Amino acid sequence: MTDLLNALVLMLNFVIIPATSYGAQLALGALGVTLVYGILRFGNFAHGDTMAFGTMFTIFFTGLFKSMGLSLGLLPTALLALPFGIAVTALYAVSMDRVVYRHYRVKRSAPVILTIASVGVMFVTNSVVRFMIGTNEQRFNDGQKFIIKARDFKEWSGLNEGLKLKTTEALTIVVAGMAVAALFWFLQRTRMGKAMRAYSDNEDLALLSGINPERVVMVTWIITAGLATLAGVLFGLDKSFKPFTYFQLLLPIFAAAILGGVGNPLGAIAGGFVVAFSEVMVTYPYKKFLRYIMPENLEPSGLMQLLTVDYKFAVSFIILVAVLLIKPTGLFSGKVIRA
Amino acid sequence: MSQSLRPILLFSAMALALLAVGFGQGWSVMLVIFNLCLISAVMSVGLNMQWGYAGLFNAGVMAFVAVGGMVAVLISEPPVMAGWEAGGARILVAGVMVAAFAGLVYALRRYVSRPWMKNWGTAALLVAGYFAIRPVFEGGVTAVEAIAAASAGNLGGLGLNILISWGVAAIVCMGVAWIIGRIALGLRADYLAIATLGISEIVVAVAKNEEWLTRGVKNITSLKRSPVPRETNLQQAEWFQNLVSTLTGTAPTDANFKIAVIEASSIFVKLCFTALFSIVLAIVLFLAIRALNSPWGRMMRAIRDNDVAASAMGKNVVRRHREVFIVGAAILGVAGAMLTTLDGQFTPTAYQPLRFTFLIWVMVIVGGSGNNLGAVLGGFVIWFFWIEAEVAAQWISVNMEKVLTPYLDVALISFGEAVLKVQDGVDWLKNAAPHFRYLLMGLVLLLALRFSPRGLIPEAGAARTH
Repeated sequence: MTDLLNALVLMLNFVIIPATSYGAQLALGALGVTLVYGILRFGNFAHGDTMAFGTMFTIFFTGLFKSMGLSLGLLPTALLALPFGIAVTALYAVSMDRVVYRHYRVKRSAPVILTIASVGVMFVTNSVVRFMIGTNEQRFNDGQKFIIKARDFKEWSGLNEGLKLKTTEALTIVVAGMAVAALFWFLQRTRMGKAMRAYSDNEDLALLSGINPERVVMVTWIITAGLATLAGVLFGLDKSFKPFTYFQLLLPIFAAAILGGVGNPLGAIAGGFVVAFSEVMVTYPYKKFLRYIMPENLEPSGLMQLLTVDYKFAVSFIILVAVLLIKPTGLFSGKVIRA
Repeated sequence: MSQSLRPILLFSAMALALLAVGFGQGWSVMLVIFNLCLISAVMSVGLNMQWGYAGLFNAGVMAFVAVGGMVAVLISEPPVMAGWEAGGARILVAGVMVAAFAGLVYALRRYVSRPWMKNWGTAALLVAGYFAIRPVFEGGVTAVEAIAAASAGNLGGLGLNILISWGVAAIVCMGVAWIIGRIALGLRADYLAIATLGISEIVVAVAKNEEWLTRGVKNITSLKRSPVPRETNLQQAEWFQNLVSTLTGTAPTDANFKIAVIEASSIFVKLCFTALFSIVLAIVLFLAIRALNSPWGRMMRAIRDNDVAASAMGKNVVRRHREVFIVGAAILGVAGAMLTTLDGQFTPTAYQPLRFTFLIWVMVIVGGSGNNLGAVLGGFVIWFFWIEAEVAAQWISVNMEKVLTPYLDVALISFGEAVLKVQDGVDWLKNAAPHFRYLLMGLVLLLALRFSPRGLIPEAGAARTH
């Protein structure tokens, strides 16, 4: 019995809790990508770097607040800086739309041209981030580190394995949950949200019924910038901030958006969790876990790890390939916009 | 300006810029840039086939370049016999098993028609294959990597002339492209982009981690690059010393003679590469132009401009796309092998997507999508600016620093602890200089796409406007 409990705690510690918080981060990222897909109808390659951009400004404001003596006590100061980071990023995203994307929208260019334009924006954003904060790793998580400490749990329960819950993990899940709830309320209940969904479903019909496309697009960029900053900051708090890592998040995020069905917000969330859980479960070494649940004479000899962490991109890729081969519209049947 | 005069003028301007570098920064620097211009041009022609001819968005150029580099290593490195004896057989058996399972999956997907049987059968085969192959493979890898880990720890290659790898790289890349094409072509354009982006990350991860294959991050250095001689051998050779002495007019007894020989040897080696790369570029360009003007090329452009109409005319759009994707990938692979040959080493960490995928995209868009001469010009121009931008940025930052330092410090301090902790105030500009070229490339891409979407040398007779 104790062995089973130990195994359970081990799973919670190294698979379920980390994958849930990573999944929430990916889901927020994928929501941003899927919104741009749904409304502006192109794959935004600059999304990873937008996440880095928003996180960078949040880091700057965090530093500013700390130098002013502001803090949130047990919670990271970055939460206080987050709205300011989002504001700067939203401003940046909207001005990028004005300067870059609007031209192609007005000309009704093929989506792939907008994707190439987003590569240009990616270069620019990437260099702005490198200019301002450099390429080194930044850690900006302050406040209390753990909600449940492994040692305390061990003493309390008498088990071998100690359950631990990082503040950032709990925070990720709570904040992401709130953000998603707010987003769905906005999309379902408000006038603007309904206009956005109408525009996404049928652009011409929406225009006929008097929806102002420029406003829809602007709101989309603001929400996307908010989601990207949120995803980036939560990821950075939980792990660390490094510009190149954020570029590499593009692959799992796109895999999540495509898996869920392009343009489908609910699908993006489901996709984020599926990708995160697959990635963590495939790269977790099960040796210790199996030692607890297997009879003694059957103990495994190796690490029992399906793939090393270096190949975690392969997981996103395999999921992507499976979706493309089996159900290109994704789990929740997103729209397949003409190429 | 007439259409035929435009390329001549633009290429002359490019030549003048290179000559200016030669006179200003020295001929050795100029040849380094020029050789990489040639390689960039080959890459650009390859990507232009995929994007310019067919409108395929390949976001994984880096994958094919890296595969080309790996092939160069595996062809030219001498085999590590101890490694082969220790675990070569097991790795070979694992390779045969991979091929067998791949064959089974292919047969299943081809001859079974029910979708659920197809998909679950594939999944079952993959899982079974994984668990069957892994123990065989892993044992072999551990054994190989244990052999002289500091100097080898890999299987080595075939010990052949590295020039052979240029052709082999093309064939291997065709295989990789065939697989990606099977999966991602015929769906949305950006699905191909994401799939290729994924493959490129995986290829680089393989190069970094599979030490038995490429020594991973321990790198492979000093590849043999015959027929191009080594500088040190050249300096000893009598005929070369005589040549230098007649060309420069310095007697072998002269004090400066040794320096002259060293300099000349470096330039001679670079010129050898220039000759080889020029031949490859000429062949590739000739074939690419022929292909574009052939019925096949016209069909490809017709599909690109209106795939529905082309398909109604009985053209198999997906098949043709796969063809052109494979051919373009082969060219990218050749360029990758050429690059590793020139470097004389294989460093997996050097493969960065901005440099090896998206920079090539800038080349094609700026040069002129769909026009092969434009792609070549784009390769030259963008590589030139990529290198010189850093020189310019360094110069600007050094000079600006003198002027700006007092103000900069004040500005950074007033932003608070935040920036100061992140960057040391005065060093900020100096550190920022290398990132300048990313900004420049982004701006060049955006401006070209906006104001000159058909590129420096537009596609002849194309009605396409973006």
